[in-house]
Amino acid sequence: MRTWLALFRPGDWLLLAAAVALTLLAGRALWQGDHPTRVVVRAGGEIVASLPLDRPGRLAVKGPLGLTQIEVEPGRARVATDPGPRQYCVRQGWLTRSGAAAICAPNEVSLQLAGRRDTYDSMAY
Amino acid sequence: MTAPADPHRVRIEASDYRVARYAAAAIALSVAEAAIPTPLPGVKPGLANIVVLLVLLRHGWREAAWVALLRVFAASLLLGQIFAPGFFLSLAGSLASLAVLAPAAHLPRRLFGPVSLSLIAAFAHVGGQMLLARVWLVPHDGLWALWPVFSATATIFGAMNGLIVARLLAEPAAATLPGGGRAV
Repeated sequence: MRTWLALFRPGDWLLLAAAVALTLLAGRALWQGDHPTRVVVRAGGEIVASLPLDRPGRLAVKGPLGLTQIEVEPGRARVATDPGPRQYCVRQGWLTRSGAAAICAPNEVSLQLAGRRDTYDSMAY
Repeated sequence: MTAPADPHRVRIEASDYRVARYAAAAIALSVAEAAIPTPLPGVKPGLANIVVLLVLLRHGWREAAWVALLRVFAASLLLGQIFAPGFFLSLAGSLASLAVLAPAAHLPRRLFGPVSLSLIAAFAHVGGQMLLARVWLVPHDGLWALWPVFSATATIFGAMNGLIVARLLAEPAAATLPGGGRAV
């Protein structure tokens, strides 16, 4: 091991450090997903609210079947309760990725996370 | 040897034998390396570059360029890849690394050893390949999402190959190339 390390010259360390730094920076810049900043809530196809994702909040949206409760925490949002029969949108849990959506079809309420720019047209699970 | 010079006779010089021997070693390494399965085309050790760097440091850029390009053509021919996309990527990588090695070889040797040259060449190699792939094979910016993988490959194998070159240069037994002796 020592004999191998002795083969390094000062500039070699410098370039190796630069190469590692470049790799890590490239990984961060290119692989970090777009963080969602807002959650868009729709009822009957119309946007009824657009909440920021940087602070917690709750919202009740009225649909044909009753109230859908939407809960927001920093960086994520979910449908807390819904009067729909199958509860798909509730069981989806917390949405964290930009473009992710939960749709409570029977109550005609949906929420979708939006980032600065839209990475995907839509996302399905 | 006082025979009259035959104008049709190609004069073979010591450097030609040298280039041929080194190129043979580089081709053998390339072919052996092709047996290693890789997750992504382009993610491989690039062992032939050890030979190219060795030639660069011992005999200069011109001979290194000969060895590198002979290696690209002959290894592709042997692997049945010649004029396939992989061949052009390999050629682009080789040309790019030779292009940066020309000025890089003039860096002060005391500060920048074989490891530096190997890292520089490795990054130029993947850079040239990515550029050609972007322009020709996958004309979409989504290709750059692969860059961190190639960057990591160039860092790891660039440093490793450079260390091997430094080690080979430091070995007195291998430092001389006898007339009929081994190539590397």
